[in-house]
Amino acid sequence: MPPLLSIEHLAYRADGRMILDGVELEVGEQQIHALLGANGTGKTTIARIVMGCAGYAPTAGIVRFGDRDLAGLSVYERARLGIAMAWQEPVRFEGLAVEEYLRLGAHGMSPAECLHRVGLHPGDFLQRHLDKTLSGGERKRIELASILALRPRLALLDEPAAGIDMPSLDEIAQVILELRRAGGSVLLITHVEQVARIADRASYLCGGRILFTGDPGAAAERYRGRRCVACDGVTCAS
Amino acid sequence: MSALDDMLAALSAVYADAVTLADARTAHLVVDSNAVVSRHAVPGVELRVEERGDRIVAELVVAHGAHIETPIHTCIGFLTPRGAQHIELRLRLEPLASATVLAHCLFPNAEMGSHTMDAILEIGAGAELRYMEGHYHGLAGGMKVSPRLAVRVAAGARYFSDFSLTEGRVGRLEIDQRIEVGENAIAEITARVSGRGTDEIRIRDELVLAGRASRGLIKTRIALAEDARAEVVSITRGQAEGARGHMDCLELVRDRAAARAEPIVDVSHPLAKVTHEAAVGTVDQNQLETLMAHGLGPEDAIDVIVTGILR
Repeated sequence: MPPLLSIEHLAYRADGRMILDGVELEVGEQQIHALLGANGTGKTTIARIVMGCAGYAPTAGIVRFGDRDLAGLSVYERARLGIAMAWQEPVRFEGLAVEEYLRLGAHGMSPAECLHRVGLHPGDFLQRHLDKTLSGGERKRIELASILALRPRLALLDEPAAGIDMPSLDEIAQVILELRRAGGSVLLITHVEQVARIADRASYLCGGRILFTGDPGAAAERYRGRRCVACDGVTCAS
Repeated sequence: MSALDDMLAALSAVYADAVTLADARTAHLVVDSNAVVSRHAVPGVELRVEERGDRIVAELVVAHGAHIETPIHTCIGFLTPRGAQHIELRLRLEPLASATVLAHCLFPNAEMGSHTMDAILEIGAGAELRYMEGHYHGLAGGMKVSPRLAVRVAAGARYFSDFSLTEGRVGRLEIDQRIEVGENAIAEITARVSGRGTDEIRIRDELVLAGRASRGLIKTRIALAEDARAEVVSITRGQAEGARGHMDCLELVRDRAAARAEPIVDVSHPLAKVTHEAAVGTVDQNQLETLMAHGLGPEDAIDVIVTGILR
Protein backbone atom coordinates (compact mmCIF):
# COMPACT_ATOMS: atom_id res chain seq x y z
CA MET A 1 0.00 0.00 0.00
CA PRO A 2 1.55 3.34 -1.01
CA PRO A 3 1.87 6.19 1.52
CA LEU A 4 -0.95 8.72 1.45
CA LEU A 5 1.42 11.48 0.33
CA SER A 6 4.74 10.87 -1.34
CA ILE A 7 7.06 13.57 -2.61
CA GLU A 8 9.99 12.49 -4.76
CA HIS A 9 12.96 14.58 -5.93
CA LEU A 10 10.89 17.74 -5.60
CA ALA A 11 12.54 20.93 -6.82
CA TYR A 12 11.07 24.40 -7.07
CA ARG A 13 12.75 27.48 -8.42
CA ALA A 14 11.31 31.02 -8.32
CA ASP A 15 12.83 34.25 -9.63
CA GLY A 16 16.02 32.39 -10.47
CA ARG A 17 16.43 31.15 -6.89
CA MET A 18 16.28 27.50 -5.81
CA ILE A 19 13.65 27.24 -3.04
CA LEU A 20 13.36 23.45 -2.86
CA ASP A 21 16.14 21.15 -3.95
CA GLY A 22 15.41 17.43 -4.13
CA VAL A 23 12.88 17.10 -1.33
CA GLU A 24 11.85 13.54 -0.41
CA LEU A 25 8.94 13.15 1.99
CA GLU A 26 6.28 10.58 2.82
CA VAL A 27 3.20 10.86 4.99
CA GLY A 28 1.45 7.61 5.81
CA GLU A 29 -2.23 6.90 6.41
CA GLN A 30 -3.42 8.28 9.78
CA GLN A 31 0.00 9.73 10.40
CA ILE A 32 1.00 13.16 11.70
CA HIS A 33 4.22 14.26 10.07
CA ALA A 34 5.80 17.45 11.37
CA LEU A 35 7.98 19.65 9.20
CA LEU A 36 10.44 21.78 11.12
CA GLY A 37 12.72 24.45 9.81
CA ALA A 38 13.70 28.08 10.14
CA ASN A 39 11.98 30.88 8.25
CA GLY A 40 12.50 30.79 4.52
CA THR A 41 13.59 27.17 4.27
CA GLY A 42 10.69 26.15 2.01
CA LYS A 43 8.13 24.60 4.38
CA THR A 44 5.18 26.65 3.18
CA THR A 45 6.31 26.16 -0.41
CA ILE A 46 5.96 22.39 0.01
CA ALA A 47 2.41 22.82 1.34
CA ARG A 48 1.45 25.16 -1.49
CA ILE A 49 2.87 22.76 -4.09
CA VAL A 50 0.90 19.87 -2.62
CA MET A 51 -2.28 22.00 -2.60
CA GLY A 52 -1.65 23.09 -6.21
CA CYS A 53 -1.65 26.86 -5.60
CA ALA A 54 -1.14 29.19 -8.56
CA GLY A 55 2.53 29.82 -9.28
CA TYR A 56 3.65 26.71 -7.39
CA ALA A 57 4.13 24.14 -10.12
CA PRO A 58 7.25 22.08 -9.30
CA THR A 59 10.35 22.64 -11.38
CA ALA A 60 11.06 18.91 -11.07
CA GLY A 61 9.86 15.91 -9.11
CA ILE A 62 6.61 14.11 -8.46
CA VAL A 63 3.90 14.60 -5.84
CA ARG A 64 1.57 11.62 -5.41
CA PHE A 65 -1.59 11.29 -3.36
CA GLY A 66 -1.99 7.58 -2.85
CA ASP A 67 -1.06 6.24 -6.26
CA ARG A 68 -2.29 9.33 -8.08
CA ASP A 69 0.15 11.85 -9.58
CA LEU A 70 -1.20 15.30 -8.65
CA ALA A 71 0.47 17.09 -11.55
CA GLY A 72 -2.00 19.19 -13.54
CA LEU A 73 -4.78 19.04 -10.95
CA SER A 74 -6.23 22.34 -9.77
CA VAL A 75 -6.70 23.32 -6.13
CA TYR A 76 -10.36 22.30 -6.08
CA GLU A 77 -9.67 18.99 -7.78
CA ARG A 78 -7.10 18.20 -5.11
CA ALA A 79 -9.56 19.33 -2.43
CA ARG A 80 -12.15 16.95 -3.82
CA LEU A 81 -9.63 14.12 -3.52
CA GLY A 82 -9.45 14.90 0.20
CA ILE A 83 -6.59 17.39 0.59
CA ALA A 84 -7.21 20.52 2.67
CA MET A 85 -5.02 23.35 3.81
CA ALA A 86 -5.08 25.69 6.79
CA TRP A 87 -3.12 28.74 5.69
CA GLN A 88 -0.40 30.42 7.68
CA GLU A 89 -2.09 33.80 7.24
CA PRO A 90 -5.74 33.05 6.59
CA VAL A 91 -7.45 35.57 4.33
CA ARG A 92 -10.43 37.67 5.37
CA PHE A 93 -13.79 37.56 3.64
CA GLU A 94 -16.08 40.55 3.85
CA GLY A 95 -19.72 39.59 4.28
CA LEU A 96 -19.10 35.87 4.77
CA ALA A 97 -20.32 34.55 8.12
CA VAL A 98 -18.17 32.09 10.06
CA GLU A 99 -21.00 29.55 9.98
CA GLU A 100 -21.26 29.80 6.19
CA TYR A 101 -17.51 29.37 5.84
CA LEU A 102 -17.51 26.30 8.06
CA ARG A 103 -20.23 24.72 5.91
CA LEU A 104 -18.34 25.13 2.62
CA GLY A 105 -17.45 21.63 1.44
CA ALA A 106 -17.98 20.30 4.96
CA HIS A 107 -18.70 16.71 5.81
CA GLY A 108 -17.24 16.58 9.28
CA MET A 109 -18.50 18.09 12.52
CA SER A 110 -21.14 20.83 12.75
CA PRO A 111 -19.88 24.44 12.68
CA ALA A 112 -20.72 24.86 16.36
CA GLU A 113 -18.81 21.72 17.36
CA CYS A 114 -15.80 22.76 15.26
CA LEU A 115 -15.66 26.16 16.96
CA HIS A 116 -16.01 24.58 20.36
CA ARG A 117 -13.05 22.27 19.62
CA VAL A 118 -10.78 25.19 18.78
CA GLY A 119 -11.73 27.07 21.93
CA LEU A 120 -14.20 29.58 20.48
CA HIS A 121 -17.70 29.95 21.87
CA PRO A 122 -20.07 29.21 18.97
CA GLY A 123 -22.67 31.72 20.15
CA ASP A 124 -20.10 34.49 19.90
CA PHE A 125 -18.68 33.56 16.51
CA LEU A 126 -21.09 31.69 14.21
CA GLN A 127 -22.75 34.83 12.86
CA ARG A 128 -19.67 37.05 12.83
CA HIS A 129 -18.09 37.83 9.50
CA LEU A 130 -14.62 36.67 8.50
CA ASP A 131 -13.49 40.25 8.13
CA LYS A 132 -10.98 42.47 9.86
CA THR A 133 -13.07 42.63 13.04
CA LEU A 134 -11.62 39.22 13.96
CA SER A 135 -8.22 39.13 15.62
CA GLY A 136 -5.38 37.20 14.00
CA GLY A 137 -5.61 34.47 16.64
CA GLU A 138 -9.37 34.11 16.22
CA ARG A 139 -9.00 33.87 12.46
CA LYS A 140 -6.32 31.16 12.86
CA ARG A 141 -8.60 29.15 15.13
CA ILE A 142 -11.47 29.44 12.65
CA GLU A 143 -9.18 28.21 9.88
CA LEU A 144 -8.35 25.19 11.98
CA ALA A 145 -12.05 24.70 12.73
CA SER A 146 -12.71 24.66 8.98
CA ILE A 147 -10.27 21.76 8.62
CA LEU A 148 -12.24 19.83 11.25
CA ALA A 149 -15.40 20.58 9.29
CA LEU A 150 -13.85 19.36 6.04
CA ARG A 151 -12.52 16.16 7.64
CA PRO A 152 -9.87 15.72 4.92
CA ARG A 153 -7.81 12.64 4.19
CA LEU A 154 -4.74 14.89 4.30
CA ALA A 155 -4.60 18.19 6.18
CA LEU A 156 -1.79 20.60 5.39
CA LEU A 157 -1.49 22.77 8.48
CA ASP A 158 0.81 25.73 7.99
CA GLU A 159 1.90 27.09 11.37
CA PRO A 160 -1.40 26.31 13.12
CA ALA A 161 0.01 27.52 16.44
CA ALA A 162 1.27 30.89 15.18
CA GLY A 163 -0.59 33.74 16.85
CA ILE A 164 -2.12 31.39 19.42
CA ASP A 165 -1.50 32.21 23.08
CA MET A 166 0.75 29.74 24.92
CA PRO A 167 -1.93 28.38 27.32
CA SER A 168 -4.02 27.36 24.29
CA LEU A 169 -1.33 25.33 22.53
CA ASP A 170 -2.66 22.12 24.03
CA GLU A 171 -6.08 22.87 22.48
CA ILE A 172 -4.43 23.16 19.09
CA ALA A 173 -2.55 19.91 19.65
CA GLN A 174 -5.83 18.18 20.54
CA VAL A 175 -7.43 19.39 17.31
CA ILE A 176 -4.54 17.93 15.30
CA LEU A 177 -4.87 14.63 17.14
CA GLU A 178 -8.61 14.71 16.44
CA LEU A 179 -7.90 14.86 12.70
CA ARG A 180 -5.89 11.66 13.02
CA ARG A 181 -8.58 10.01 15.17
CA ALA A 182 -11.08 10.82 12.42
CA GLY A 183 -8.94 8.79 10.00
CA GLY A 184 -6.95 11.59 8.42
CA SER A 185 -3.27 12.38 8.06
CA VAL A 186 -1.55 15.67 8.77
CA LEU A 187 1.48 17.44 7.34
CA LEU A 188 2.19 19.78 10.21
CA ILE A 189 4.40 22.79 9.56
CA THR A 190 5.44 24.38 12.81
CA HIS A 191 8.10 26.22 14.75
CA VAL A 192 6.60 25.17 18.06
CA GLU A 193 8.30 22.09 19.51
CA GLN A 194 5.43 21.50 21.93
CA VAL A 195 3.16 21.04 18.94
CA ALA A 196 5.68 19.15 16.83
CA ARG A 197 6.17 16.53 19.53
CA ILE A 198 2.65 15.13 19.02
CA ALA A 199 3.71 14.01 15.52
CA ASP A 200 4.43 10.40 14.66
CA ARG A 201 7.38 11.42 12.53
CA ALA A 202 9.13 14.65 11.72
CA SER A 203 11.47 16.05 9.13
CA TYR A 204 13.95 18.87 9.49
CA LEU A 205 14.18 21.12 6.48
CA CYS A 206 17.06 23.48 5.80
CA GLY A 207 17.81 25.46 2.67
CA GLY A 208 15.19 23.62 0.63
CA ARG A 209 16.49 20.15 1.58
CA ILE A 210 15.24 17.58 4.06
CA LEU A 211 18.24 16.90 6.31
CA PHE A 212 16.61 14.55 8.75
CA THR A 213 13.46 12.43 9.00
CA GLY A 214 12.60 10.30 11.99
CA ASP A 215 11.60 10.72 15.61
CA PRO A 216 10.01 14.18 16.30
CA GLY A 217 12.17 14.68 19.35
CA ALA A 218 15.33 14.07 17.35
CA ALA A 219 14.13 16.38 14.57
CA ALA A 220 13.42 19.06 17.17
CA GLU A 221 16.95 18.61 18.57
CA ARG A 222 18.36 19.14 15.07
CA TYR A 223 16.20 22.22 14.61
CA ARG A 224 17.20 23.67 17.96
CA GLY A 225 20.88 22.93 17.39
CA ARG A 226 21.07 24.26 13.85
CA ARG A 227 24.30 26.01 13.06
CA CYS A 228 23.27 28.24 10.21
CA VAL A 229 21.43 31.53 10.60
CA ALA A 230 20.20 32.01 7.05
CA CYS A 231 19.85 28.32 6.34
CA ASP A 232 21.70 27.48 3.18
CA GLY A 233 21.23 23.70 3.34
CA VAL A 234 24.97 23.18 3.40
CA THR A 235 26.17 24.33 6.81
CA CYS A 236 23.64 22.20 8.67
CA ALA A 237 24.20 19.21 6.44
CA SER A 238 27.94 19.17 7.02
CA MET B 1 -55.03 43.15 -10.89
CA SER B 2 -54.91 46.83 -9.92
CA ALA B 3 -51.84 49.02 -10.36
CA LEU B 4 -51.30 48.75 -6.61
CA ASP B 5 -51.42 44.95 -6.72
CA ASP B 6 -48.93 44.96 -9.60
CA MET B 7 -46.53 47.23 -7.74
CA LEU B 8 -46.81 45.18 -4.57
CA ALA B 9 -46.16 41.98 -6.51
CA ALA B 10 -42.97 43.53 -7.89
CA LEU B 11 -41.64 44.11 -4.36
CA SER B 12 -40.30 40.58 -4.17
CA ALA B 13 -37.52 41.68 -6.55
CA VAL B 14 -36.01 43.70 -3.70
CA TYR B 15 -36.90 41.11 -1.07
CA ALA B 16 -39.55 43.41 0.41
CA ASP B 17 -42.79 42.21 1.88
CA ALA B 18 -46.11 43.50 0.46
CA VAL B 19 -47.97 42.35 3.59
CA THR B 20 -45.91 44.69 5.79
CA LEU B 21 -46.55 47.57 3.44
CA ALA B 22 -50.32 46.93 3.58
CA ASP B 23 -50.30 46.96 7.40
CA ALA B 24 -52.21 49.93 8.85
CA ARG B 25 -49.25 50.70 11.15
CA THR B 26 -46.97 51.19 8.15
CA ALA B 27 -46.83 54.63 6.57
CA HIS B 28 -46.40 54.25 2.84
CA LEU B 29 -46.38 55.89 -0.53
CA VAL B 30 -46.78 53.91 -3.75
CA VAL B 31 -46.15 55.64 -7.07
CA ASP B 32 -46.57 54.07 -10.49
CA SER B 33 -44.92 56.22 -13.15
CA ASN B 34 -46.08 59.76 -12.24
CA ALA B 35 -49.32 58.74 -10.55
CA VAL B 36 -49.93 58.10 -6.87
CA VAL B 37 -51.39 54.64 -6.44
CA SER B 38 -51.60 54.54 -2.66
CA ARG B 39 -50.59 56.58 0.34
CA HIS B 40 -50.97 56.13 4.04
CA ALA B 41 -49.77 58.18 6.98
CA VAL B 42 -49.54 57.16 10.62
CA PRO B 43 -49.47 59.30 13.77
CA GLY B 44 -46.22 61.27 13.81
CA VAL B 45 -45.80 61.06 10.04
CA GLU B 46 -47.20 63.68 7.73
CA LEU B 47 -47.31 62.88 4.03
CA ARG B 48 -48.16 65.41 1.34
CA VAL B 49 -48.10 64.31 -2.28
CA GLU B 50 -48.98 66.11 -5.50
CA GLU B 51 -49.18 64.78 -9.03
CA ARG B 52 -47.89 67.48 -11.38
CA GLY B 53 -48.21 65.83 -14.77
CA ASP B 54 -44.66 64.84 -15.53
CA ARG B 55 -43.58 64.56 -11.91
CA ILE B 56 -44.51 63.69 -8.37
CA VAL B 57 -43.79 66.14 -5.60
CA ALA B 58 -43.80 64.58 -2.16
CA GLU B 59 -43.11 65.87 1.31
CA LEU B 60 -42.71 63.55 4.24
CA VAL B 61 -42.33 64.97 7.74
CA VAL B 62 -41.70 63.09 10.97
CA ALA B 63 -42.86 65.18 13.91
CA HIS B 64 -40.69 66.53 16.70
CA GLY B 65 -39.70 63.73 19.08
CA ALA B 66 -41.75 61.09 17.25
CA HIS B 67 -40.21 57.60 17.14
CA ILE B 68 -41.72 55.71 14.24
CA GLU B 69 -41.32 52.07 15.13
CA THR B 70 -42.50 50.55 11.85
CA PRO B 71 -40.38 51.45 8.82
CA ILE B 72 -41.94 53.89 6.38
CA HIS B 73 -42.15 52.35 2.91
CA THR B 74 -41.92 54.19 -0.36
CA CYS B 75 -42.50 52.06 -3.43
CA ILE B 76 -41.71 53.96 -6.58
CA GLY B 77 -41.31 52.85 -10.17
CA PHE B 78 -43.21 51.74 -13.22
CA LEU B 79 -44.18 48.37 -14.58
CA THR B 80 -44.35 49.20 -18.29
CA PRO B 81 -41.51 48.44 -20.74
CA ARG B 82 -41.03 52.16 -21.37
CA GLY B 83 -41.50 55.10 -19.08
CA ALA B 84 -40.15 58.25 -17.54
CA GLN B 85 -40.53 59.15 -13.94
CA HIS B 86 -39.45 62.18 -11.98
CA ILE B 87 -39.76 62.47 -8.23
CA GLU B 88 -39.16 65.52 -6.09
CA LEU B 89 -38.92 64.48 -2.48
CA ARG B 90 -38.48 66.51 0.64
CA LEU B 91 -37.99 64.38 3.72
CA ARG B 92 -37.74 66.11 7.05
CA LEU B 93 -37.18 64.70 10.50
CA GLU B 94 -37.88 67.29 13.14
CA PRO B 95 -35.56 67.44 16.15
CA LEU B 96 -35.29 64.27 18.28
CA ALA B 97 -37.43 62.24 15.85
CA SER B 98 -36.38 58.85 14.55
CA ALA B 99 -37.51 56.76 11.60
CA THR B 100 -36.43 54.18 9.09
CA VAL B 101 -37.40 54.62 5.46
CA LEU B 102 -37.37 51.64 3.12
CA ALA B 103 -37.37 53.03 -0.41
CA HIS B 104 -38.12 50.45 -3.11
CA CYS B 105 -37.41 51.57 -6.68
CA LEU B 106 -38.82 49.03 -9.10
CA PHE B 107 -38.66 48.90 -12.88
CA PRO B 108 -38.96 45.13 -13.36
CA ASN B 109 -40.17 45.17 -16.98
CA ALA B 110 -38.25 48.20 -18.21
CA GLU B 111 -36.71 47.94 -21.64
CA MET B 112 -36.01 51.65 -21.91
CA GLY B 113 -36.83 54.34 -19.41
CA SER B 114 -35.66 56.90 -16.97
CA HIS B 115 -36.09 57.71 -13.33
CA THR B 116 -34.78 60.88 -11.80
CA MET B 117 -35.12 61.94 -8.22
CA ASP B 118 -34.26 65.23 -6.61
CA ALA B 119 -34.35 64.79 -2.88
CA ILE B 120 -33.71 67.05 0.05
CA LEU B 121 -33.31 65.29 3.37
CA GLU B 122 -33.23 67.31 6.55
CA ILE B 123 -32.44 65.54 9.78
CA GLY B 124 -33.11 67.80 12.73
CA ALA B 125 -31.01 68.15 15.86
CA GLY B 126 -30.72 64.87 17.75
CA ALA B 127 -32.84 63.01 15.20
CA GLU B 128 -31.97 59.70 13.53
CA LEU B 129 -32.82 58.58 9.99
CA ARG B 130 -32.07 55.22 8.42
CA TYR B 131 -32.69 55.44 4.70
CA MET B 132 -32.46 52.08 2.92
CA GLU B 133 -32.93 52.21 -0.83
CA GLY B 134 -33.29 48.97 -2.82
CA HIS B 135 -33.43 49.07 -6.61
CA TYR B 136 -34.41 46.58 -9.28
CA HIS B 137 -34.11 47.70 -12.91
CA GLY B 138 -35.09 44.50 -14.73
CA LEU B 139 -32.98 42.45 -17.09
CA ALA B 140 -32.83 44.58 -20.25
CA GLY B 141 -30.28 47.17 -19.08
CA GLY B 142 -32.26 50.02 -20.63
CA MET B 143 -32.96 52.10 -17.52
CA LYS B 144 -31.29 55.37 -16.73
CA VAL B 145 -31.58 56.19 -13.05
CA SER B 146 -30.31 59.42 -11.55
CA PRO B 147 -30.87 60.07 -7.84
CA ARG B 148 -29.62 63.45 -6.64
CA LEU B 149 -29.69 64.06 -2.92
CA ALA B 150 -28.83 66.96 -0.69
CA VAL B 151 -28.74 65.92 2.96
CA ARG B 152 -28.35 68.11 6.00
CA VAL B 153 -27.59 66.37 9.28
CA ALA B 154 -28.06 68.81 12.15
CA ALA B 155 -26.16 68.86 15.46
CA GLY B 156 -26.21 65.54 17.30
CA ALA B 157 -28.22 63.85 14.57
CA ARG B 158 -27.47 60.52 12.93
CA TYR B 159 -27.97 59.54 9.31
CA PHE B 160 -27.38 56.07 7.89
CA SER B 161 -28.11 55.27 4.25
CA ASP B 162 -27.72 52.11 2.24
CA PHE B 163 -28.22 52.02 -1.53
CA SER B 164 -28.46 48.55 -3.01
CA LEU B 165 -28.73 47.39 -6.63
CA THR B 166 -27.38 43.86 -6.75
CA GLU B 167 -29.88 41.89 -8.85
CA GLY B 168 -30.62 42.14 -12.56
CA ARG B 169 -29.10 44.83 -14.76
CA VAL B 170 -28.21 48.37 -13.80
CA GLY B 171 -28.47 50.15 -17.14
CA ARG B 172 -27.06 53.57 -16.39
CA LEU B 173 -26.88 54.74 -12.81
CA GLU B 174 -25.77 58.20 -11.75
CA ILE B 175 -25.85 58.86 -8.03
CA ASP B 176 -24.95 62.34 -6.89
CA GLN B 177 -25.26 63.20 -3.24
CA ARG B 178 -23.94 65.80 -0.86
CA ILE B 179 -24.22 65.38 2.87
CA GLU B 180 -23.46 68.15 5.30
CA VAL B 181 -22.81 66.96 8.82
CA GLY B 182 -23.22 69.25 11.83
CA GLU B 183 -21.66 69.33 15.27
CA ASN B 184 -21.39 65.91 16.97
CA ALA B 185 -23.47 64.44 14.17
CA ILE B 186 -22.82 61.21 12.29
CA ALA B 187 -23.38 60.24 8.65
CA GLU B 188 -22.64 56.82 7.21
CA ILE B 189 -23.50 56.11 3.60
CA THR B 190 -23.12 52.80 1.83
CA ALA B 191 -23.66 51.89 -1.81
CA ARG B 192 -23.62 48.32 -3.12
CA VAL B 193 -24.00 47.79 -6.85
CA SER B 194 -23.45 44.85 -9.17
CA GLY B 195 -23.06 45.62 -12.88
CA ARG B 196 -22.71 43.48 -15.99
CA GLY B 197 -23.35 43.67 -19.72
CA THR B 198 -22.82 47.28 -20.76
CA ASP B 199 -23.99 48.73 -17.44
CA GLU B 200 -22.55 52.09 -16.46
CA ILE B 201 -22.27 53.19 -12.85
CA ARG B 202 -21.27 56.64 -11.74
CA ILE B 203 -21.31 57.56 -8.09
CA ARG B 204 -20.35 60.89 -6.63
CA ASP B 205 -20.58 61.15 -2.86
CA GLU B 206 -19.57 64.32 -1.07
CA LEU B 207 -19.43 64.38 2.69
CA VAL B 208 -18.90 67.74 4.33
CA LEU B 209 -17.88 67.44 7.96
CA ALA B 210 -18.79 70.97 8.84
CA GLY B 211 -19.50 70.68 12.55
CA ARG B 212 -17.13 70.20 15.44
CA ALA B 213 -16.59 66.47 16.24
CA SER B 214 -18.72 65.43 13.27
CA ARG B 215 -18.10 61.97 11.88
CA GLY B 216 -18.65 60.41 8.51
CA LEU B 217 -18.10 57.26 6.51
CA ILE B 218 -18.50 56.61 2.79
CA LYS B 219 -18.47 52.92 1.94
CA THR B 220 -18.78 51.70 -1.64
CA ARG B 221 -18.87 48.14 -2.90
CA ILE B 222 -19.04 47.51 -6.65
CA ALA B 223 -18.83 44.20 -8.49
CA LEU B 224 -18.47 44.35 -12.26
CA ALA B 225 -18.48 41.67 -14.94
CA GLU B 226 -18.52 41.49 -18.75
CA ASP B 227 -18.27 45.04 -20.22
CA ALA B 228 -19.62 47.02 -17.28
CA ARG B 229 -18.00 50.30 -16.24
CA ALA B 230 -17.91 52.12 -12.93
CA GLU B 231 -16.54 55.40 -11.70
CA VAL B 232 -16.69 56.25 -8.03
CA VAL B 233 -15.72 59.68 -6.77
CA SER B 234 -15.81 59.98 -2.99
CA ILE B 235 -15.08 63.33 -1.42
CA THR B 236 -14.77 64.05 2.28
CA ARG B 237 -14.15 67.55 3.52
CA GLY B 238 -12.93 67.96 7.08
CA GLN B 239 -13.77 71.51 8.05
CA ALA B 240 -14.01 71.54 11.82
CA GLU B 241 -12.13 70.65 14.97
CA GLY B 242 -12.36 66.95 15.81
CA ALA B 243 -14.07 66.03 12.55
CA ARG B 244 -13.28 62.43 11.54
CA GLY B 245 -14.01 60.96 8.13
CA HIS B 246 -13.20 57.75 6.30
CA MET B 247 -13.79 56.53 2.76
CA ASP B 248 -13.68 52.83 1.91
CA CYS B 249 -14.13 51.82 -1.71
CA LEU B 250 -13.82 48.30 -3.09
CA GLU B 251 -14.44 47.56 -6.76
CA LEU B 252 -14.15 44.03 -8.06
CA VAL B 253 -13.71 43.65 -11.81
CA ARG B 254 -13.92 40.57 -14.02
CA ASP B 255 -13.95 39.83 -17.73
CA ARG B 256 -13.58 43.09 -19.70
CA ALA B 257 -15.09 45.31 -17.03
CA ALA B 258 -13.33 48.48 -15.92
CA ALA B 259 -13.52 50.53 -12.75
CA ARG B 260 -12.12 53.75 -11.43
CA ALA B 261 -12.05 54.99 -7.85
CA GLU B 262 -11.14 58.53 -6.93
CA PRO B 263 -11.09 59.35 -3.23
CA ILE B 264 -10.65 63.05 -2.55
CA VAL B 265 -9.52 64.17 0.89
CA ASP B 266 -10.01 67.86 1.55
CA VAL B 267 -9.12 69.02 5.04
CA SER B 268 -9.26 72.67 5.94
CA HIS B 269 -9.01 72.50 9.73
CA PRO B 270 -5.77 71.41 11.43
CA LEU B 271 -7.65 69.27 13.96
CA ALA B 272 -9.76 67.40 11.43
CA LYS B 273 -8.72 64.03 10.06
CA VAL B 274 -9.86 62.17 6.97
CA THR B 275 -8.58 58.78 5.83
CA HIS B 276 -9.32 56.60 2.84
CA GLU B 277 -8.76 53.17 1.35
CA ALA B 278 -9.59 52.17 -2.19
CA ALA B 279 -9.03 48.87 -3.93
CA VAL B 280 -9.85 48.15 -7.55
CA GLY B 281 -8.96 44.83 -9.04
CA THR B 282 -9.83 41.31 -9.84
CA VAL B 283 -10.83 38.66 -7.35
CA ASP B 284 -8.11 38.11 -4.77
CA GLN B 285 -6.14 34.97 -5.63
CA ASN B 286 -5.66 34.00 -1.98
CA GLN B 287 -9.39 34.25 -1.30
CA LEU B 288 -10.08 32.20 -4.41
CA GLU B 289 -7.63 29.47 -3.46
CA THR B 290 -8.88 29.34 0.11
CA LEU B 291 -12.41 28.65 -1.13
CA MET B 292 -11.23 26.23 -3.81
CA ALA B 293 -9.35 24.34 -1.08
CA HIS B 294 -12.84 23.69 0.31
CA GLY B 295 -13.72 21.99 -2.98
CA LEU B 296 -15.52 24.92 -4.63
CA GLY B 297 -14.99 25.33 -8.37
CA PRO B 298 -13.69 28.72 -9.57
CA GLU B 299 -17.13 30.10 -10.52
CA ASP B 300 -18.72 29.07 -7.23
CA ALA B 301 -15.78 30.54 -5.32
CA ILE B 302 -16.15 33.87 -7.15
CA ASP B 303 -19.88 33.87 -6.37
CA VAL B 304 -19.15 33.49 -2.65
CA ILE B 305 -16.67 36.39 -2.72
CA VAL B 306 -18.91 38.73 -4.75
CA THR B 307 -22.01 37.92 -2.70
CA GLY B 308 -20.05 38.69 0.44
CA ILE B 309 -18.84 42.12 -0.61
CA LEU B 310 -22.34 43.12 -1.81
CA ARG B 311 -24.01 42.22 1.48
